[in-house]
Amino acid sequence: MTVQPEWPLYEIFVRGKRGLNHVHVGSLHAADDEMALRHARDVYTRRNEGVSIWAVRADLIVASSPDEKDPLFAPAGDKVYRHPTFYAIPDDVPHM
Amino acid sequence: MDSHDLDLDHDSVYDGLLGGDASQWAFGTDFEDPLAGVDTTIPAGVDGAVLAAYCLMLGDDALVYAHRLSEWTSNAPDLEDDIALANISLDLLGQARLLLARAAAADPSVVPVLPDGSPVPPEDALAFFRDESAFRNVRYVEAPNGDFGVTIARLLLFSTHRLALLQRLAASVDPVLAAIAAKGVKEVTYHRDYAGRWFVTLARGTEESRRRLVAGLATVWPMYAELTRCSDVEARAAEQAFGVDPATVGDEVDAVVEHVLATAGIERPDVPASGTGPLGRTGRHSEAMGRLLAEMQVVARAHPLGKW
Repeated sequence: MTVQPEWPLYEIFVRGKRGLNHVHVGSLHAADDEMALRHARDVYTRRNEGVSIWAVRADLIVASSPDEKDPLFAPAGDKVYRHPTFYAIPDDVPHM
Repeated sequence: MDSHDLDLDHDSVYDGLLGGDASQWAFGTDFEDPLAGVDTTIPAGVDGAVLAAYCLMLGDDALVYAHRLSEWTSNAPDLEDDIALANISLDLLGQARLLLARAAAADPSVVPVLPDGSPVPPEDALAFFRDESAFRNVRYVEAPNGDFGVTIARLLLFSTHRLALLQRLAASVDPVLAAIAAKGVKEVTYHRDYAGRWFVTLARGTEESRRRLVAGLATVWPMYAELTRCSDVEARAAEQAFGVDPATVGDEVDAVVEHVLATAGIERPDVPASGTGPLGRTGRHSEAMGRLLAEMQVVARAHPLGKW
């Protein structure tokens, strides 16, 4: 087994007390998956920020490249008819 | 931020912290007072002097060990463990504060006398103005940190022992001690988990990490026996049903440690216990204690009228 010079990088997502979704808060290094969770607890929730943590190895994330920005995203820019703005939303519907 | 509708904003996990007063953001909100609603009078059948002496023992263990662990700050193997060890240190410091305050309330005569007009609260006076021989912590917690292997081995045994102790103390007839223990159980459960995981990781890591862990365990093992020796104060505290005889948690601690050792594939050290009888519990400390206290107390002692 080759010795790795540095621990793998993990991306950390935390769900806040009132949050609906896990939100990316930063990254950290950890020896393994379980330690990543522990480290995330220590580094990112020490001020009472969260009630749930996801840790994902950064190299397992498939990310879009900035080079593809135009072919991927520009075509959506002028399709105004895709936005359901023609509906009246009642005042008591949250999270829209 | 005032116009923010907090219930509709999920872009940041930090938004949920802003309970009502946004000016407190940096410190979070929704703090819980572990002693809220707890009756602080000394229960019938409990001797205040013994209660104070017992709280000093548990409080000094936490205080001195917190100071030792805080020495890792900026020196740990990496940023993540730097913060983890600092968090553990702060948890213990919080326990120490509550326990020393309880000691002062149970028997005000244990608190060092400071100059008139000193704003230093009793728990701080106990922490920073007592001499070495008045400290009641076990020697186990005052020993120098050593390397990360020694630190993890020491933390594993300490937190396993303290967790077993606090779990029993949560049923103390002193409601304050019971509340402090209940709060501590959650904290120390994490400390044990952290130490246990690192213990196994180091044991099953590289040849060098395993070598250092085995050496670390051999270093702390002889000193551990002191934690399970029952002093007169602890015996009386157990009699009066507010304290725990530390010898009674030995089997439970043993079983947990055995499990971790088996998982790590490490043999139980075959080394004799160091010293006999309660050492630190009677104020007889090791050489390292004087230097530790000098560093911990020097600033406070230079300013007995200082406000912090």
